[in-house]
Amino acid sequence: MAELKLVDIKKSYGAAKILHGIDLDIADGEFVVFVGPSGCGKSTLLRIIAGLEHVSEGEILIDGHSVVGVPASDRGLAMVFQSYALYPHMSVFKNMAFALENMGLGRQEIDQRVRRAAQMLQLTDYLDRKPKALSGGQRQRVAIGRAIVRDPKIFLFDEPLSNLDAELRVATRKELAALHGQIGGTMIYVTHDQVEAMTLADRIVVLRAGRIEQIGTPLDVYNRPANLFVAGFIGSPRMNLLPGRVVGPDAIRIGNEPHMIAMPLPEGLHVDDEITLGVRPEHMDVTARDDADLAITLDLVEHLGGETYLYGSTPGLAQITVKQDGQTAYQRGTRLRLHFRRDAFHLFDVAGRALRAN
Amino acid sequence: MGTTLSRILTSRRRAGRWHWTDVAAYTYLCIGVILMFGPVAWLALSSFKTQAGLLEFPPTLLPLAQKEVVVDGYPQPLPLFAATLEDGTTRHLAQVRRIGIVAQMVDPSDPSQQFRVPIERRIPVREFSLATSNYTEPLQRFAFMRFLGNSVFVTVVATLITLLINSMAAYALSIYEFRGKNTAMVLVIGTLMIPITIILVPVYLVVTEFGLVNSLWAVILPGAATPTGVFLLRQYMLTLPPDLIEAARMDKASEWQIYWRIVMPLTLPALAVLAIFSIMWRWNEFLWPLAVLTKTEVYTLQIGLNAFQGELQTQWHFLLAMTMVTLIPVAIVFVFLQRFITTGIANTGMK
Repeated sequence: MAELKLVDIKKSYGAAKILHGIDLDIADGEFVVFVGPSGCGKSTLLRIIAGLEHVSEGEILIDGHSVVGVPASDRGLAMVFQSYALYPHMSVFKNMAFALENMGLGRQEIDQRVRRAAQMLQLTDYLDRKPKALSGGQRQRVAIGRAIVRDPKIFLFDEPLSNLDAELRVATRKELAALHGQIGGTMIYVTHDQVEAMTLADRIVVLRAGRIEQIGTPLDVYNRPANLFVAGFIGSPRMNLLPGRVVGPDAIRIGNEPHMIAMPLPEGLHVDDEITLGVRPEHMDVTARDDADLAITLDLVEHLGGETYLYGSTPGLAQITVKQDGQTAYQRGTRLRLHFRRDAFHLFDVAGRALRAN
Repeated sequence: MGTTLSRILTSRRRAGRWHWTDVAAYTYLCIGVILMFGPVAWLALSSFKTQAGLLEFPPTLLPLAQKEVVVDGYPQPLPLFAATLEDGTTRHLAQVRRIGIVAQMVDPSDPSQQFRVPIERRIPVREFSLATSNYTEPLQRFAFMRFLGNSVFVTVVATLITLLINSMAAYALSIYEFRGKNTAMVLVIGTLMIPITIILVPVYLVVTEFGLVNSLWAVILPGAATPTGVFLLRQYMLTLPPDLIEAARMDKASEWQIYWRIVMPLTLPALAVLAIFSIMWRWNEFLWPLAVLTKTEVYTLQIGLNAFQGELQTQWHFLLAMTMVTLIPVAIVFVFLQRFITTGIANTGMK
């Protein structure tokens, strides 16, 4: 268990800059998830922490000690790879014992530690098998077990669930969360799946193009996205982002819509300022009254049973997604009037930064 | 096994029907078998012929020897002939002696009956007979077991050294990233283009300087690093997932442990291929051992075989028999490791 501090981490391959100065503090025992689209540098950042990549500039401190020059094997971290990277010629037991043998532990101690981890992960019956003879979920658990037995300072996970099928992914996700509760180590987890990020993290770090876009608790990031990118990235289906313009005090107009929408605006906005209005699909209501903000024609209706997604369009705006609880009778071509809830909308300025009413 | 073989041998394009491509394919395969296996079969059969049988013209396919019979009243067994007598009948007679162009012959069942037959009217009666002395004699008379021991030593030790240092070079050239890596690889591959005849003299001088002439190490060491081996192993190691190496690094493994405990076991198919190649190269090596080994006690088999070939006379019967002996180990290696050759070569991209 340890705390980690990253100071102005930069990484470039020749002329290509991958990371542009990452600053981050991770507390002891915290579960932090790096999330971002592919190519955002999240895996590179993890590999830099692990010591598998050299850092071009910056400082990595584990428990206050710089580890920049320390090779991966001496940093005392454990990593779970996306491909699991189990040694195919070794049995499950050997896979888990390999690191312990390298640490120079006695045979009895190794045996004890491996069996304890195997029990925790329900692998006891498979200790003599080769990885080839295991299912995907079991292999995943061996990979996690290999990390656990070492009792590392920090656990690093590089998209560990992306090779599992949907059902197993959900199950393993829960197991991971339970495991963190049980052993309580500092964990850093990389994923492009925002559901994994939301469900597992104590704190989410949203990355884009080598920069941190926002750091915060899952609900913080969801409720108060710092910018357009985070707003669009977190939440499924994604937030509706409607370009508009300020037309008066507490009044905006979106797209080419003829009428104004009255909503409370934060201070500092002037008439004619360009803004983007963000409304999540679950924060729109279908209305028959006169308070409608927008009218759309449905292009597609997705019935999921418990909820229904409506996809509609109106000239001049991108497709709009509306989430309705339960089942609806709306059909393709239906014309709907929508009302935006005034307590749950987001405004972004022309640079994409979030504007807050307070 | 039997059914598999018969299915392979009778398979056709469409079951139960002959297409012209079937005929062409089988003809082609038969020609191939005859071309490749024919000389070996001929060698095998000839190695059992007597010295006289080898020089006979026209040659016979099977090793034949003239039949001999023991006839009462004659201490030595007599050669048997089919003789055509003056009355036109043909009888099997044993020849007692030959005087000029006339042979004095006797009926083996009735030694009192004697015949005089012109030699062109009698044909030797021959039977299938294996001249096993071709094998036993050199093994007893010459230091053939010594040669065999030398060859085995050279082959085994050289193969082990080759596997070890080639895999280490391949490991460096496939797992590590460093400046000049590709240049190093190209240089290694480039040495493939230098034939041994070119470097024979310089290497000989080096070996002499080290005082290794007439030592088996002179045969083992210069050829231990083979570009083919490095290339083959490197290509295979490149297919190992880099995650595995990184996982081992995270698991606190030293570089040697990564090489020895992770990479080597996973490279086993390619190592098997290289082992087979190395065994064949070393076993059949001729020119270089001939240059550095001049004393009989350090001869390898191939050089020993050469000794049967004198300036004036070649002892073909021994030469052929001992050639068969030298073929056996390589053949056995092939039989047991051939499945590695096919899978290994397919995996290493050496096609």
